[in-house]
Amino acid sequence: MKQYINNFLKYRFLLWELVKKDIKLKYRKSYLGILWTLIEPLLTMIVLTIVFGTLFGNTDKQFPVYVLTGRLMYSFFSTSTKAAMKSIRSNSSMIKKVYVPKYIYPLSSTLSSYVTFLISLIVLVGVSIVLRVKPTKYTLLAVVPLLLVLIMSYGVGMLLATMAVFFRDLEYLWNVALMMIMYTCAIFYPTDRLVHTGFSWILEINPLYSVIVNFRNCVIYGRPLDERALLLSAGFSFAILAIGLIAFYKKQDKFILSI
Amino acid sequence: MGNVAVDVQDVSMKFNMSSQKVDNLKEYFIKFVKKEIMYNEFHALNHVTFQVNKGDRLGILGLNGAGKSTLLKVIAGVLKPSEGSVQVKGKIVPLLELGAGFAREYTGAENIFLYGTVLGYSKEFLKEKYDEIVEFSELGKFINVPVKNYSSGMRSRLGFAIATVVEPDVLILDEVLAVGDAKFKKKCEKRIQSLFDKGVTVLFVSHSLPQVKRICNKAILLEHGRIIAQGDIDKVASIYEQKME
Repeated sequence: MKQYINNFLKYRFLLWELVKKDIKLKYRKSYLGILWTLIEPLLTMIVLTIVFGTLFGNTDKQFPVYVLTGRLMYSFFSTSTKAAMKSIRSNSSMIKKVYVPKYIYPLSSTLSSYVTFLISLIVLVGVSIVLRVKPTKYTLLAVVPLLLVLIMSYGVGMLLATMAVFFRDLEYLWNVALMMIMYTCAIFYPTDRLVHTGFSWILEINPLYSVIVNFRNCVIYGRPLDERALLLSAGFSFAILAIGLIAFYKKQDKFILSI
Repeated sequence: MGNVAVDVQDVSMKFNMSSQKVDNLKEYFIKFVKKEIMYNEFHALNHVTFQVNKGDRLGILGLNGAGKSTLLKVIAGVLKPSEGSVQVKGKIVPLLELGAGFAREYTGAENIFLYGTVLGYSKEFLKEKYDEIVEFSELGKFINVPVKNYSSGMRSRLGFAIATVVEPDVLILDEVLAVGDAKFKKKCEKRIQSLFDKGVTVLFVSHSLPQVKRICNKAILLEHGRIIAQGDIDKVASIYEQKME
């Protein structure tokens, strides 16, 4: 264990450099640069609010915040897992040349997405103020879902990274899976419709939805964390992290033969 | 093992060569069901054992496919051997395919920090050595241009400058001395010579026997993944010459 920690400390500069690289290169050559982390979620929020709020006759004043919380969480999950999945292949020239602990690559992809995600939370704060969503004592508890989504994304990302080295098809399959995850996250519709039709179990088995539920509880409704959702999302996050790490460690010596 | 810098113990490297390459799920699944996945085992290295003392310059000789590059990759830690172990004392710097690890969209200056940290240098250290690297690479104002716009010579110059900025303990050279124009080549050889004088341990792979003879004092000769001769350079080189005829 101590050896792992020492090794990690030795490569922390590299981790930092890789995270910085991802963020820098993402917005290089765009005039608004890093501002896009704020503008982009704001614009999609407006579009989704118009389509699923105004056009569908939803009169809830806080609907934009509802949309934004779900969208921000989901888009972090999707960008980070996609980036982590491709990280081994896109860094193959490094991997073939110099020894570096390989988990650094999916980790840096996940962390760089996380940093942009955290920056984009500024939009959420701004919109909440404008729409008078008041902070309560439970708002601080939002840290819990925010950490869970990071653990979950890294776990899933590690697993995907391992599998994608051997099967390229996964990159396409995962896009389809992500679409299913998106529609079962209740990002832009209120959940009572599904409760009516008896399909709410679809939401309840989606761990990402459980994270979003608790995030909304803290941020919008000023409610304590929902226990069932917390248990499911935490259980899933740590389980998938363990599975991802084990799979990665078992297979990492074979990566170089397939990239 | 007081002054052993590289200790290679009984290293074997097996590759599974499937007759057809299967890299998508559908094919894998079909083949798996039909039990058609077959592997031919291929030994790139076969119980290789040798030691390199500190300050020795070891040439690795052998025909194409003898396992030279595989051996270097195992020593660099990039490939994990199927059997056996490798121990390297101190900092190891590979000079293989210079500049292959650069981020293309990044400028030269940014790549100094990125590539430098990959090689395990700290940020403070790189800041300190930054001017020296830029000066040695002779890139001048191009240092702030993205690397994708560099010529291959410029890329290798920068790669060489970053990799040799400190004195590594073990240096791996894989036919890279052909860098840039004649003037820069001289500069590189001078830098490498100065590393030699400081007692760096060198592993060198090349097909040019005169070059190996000039640089190395020890050698091993590989054939089909086995060591068939090792010892002083002149002795091994003459065996190699006989083999070639």
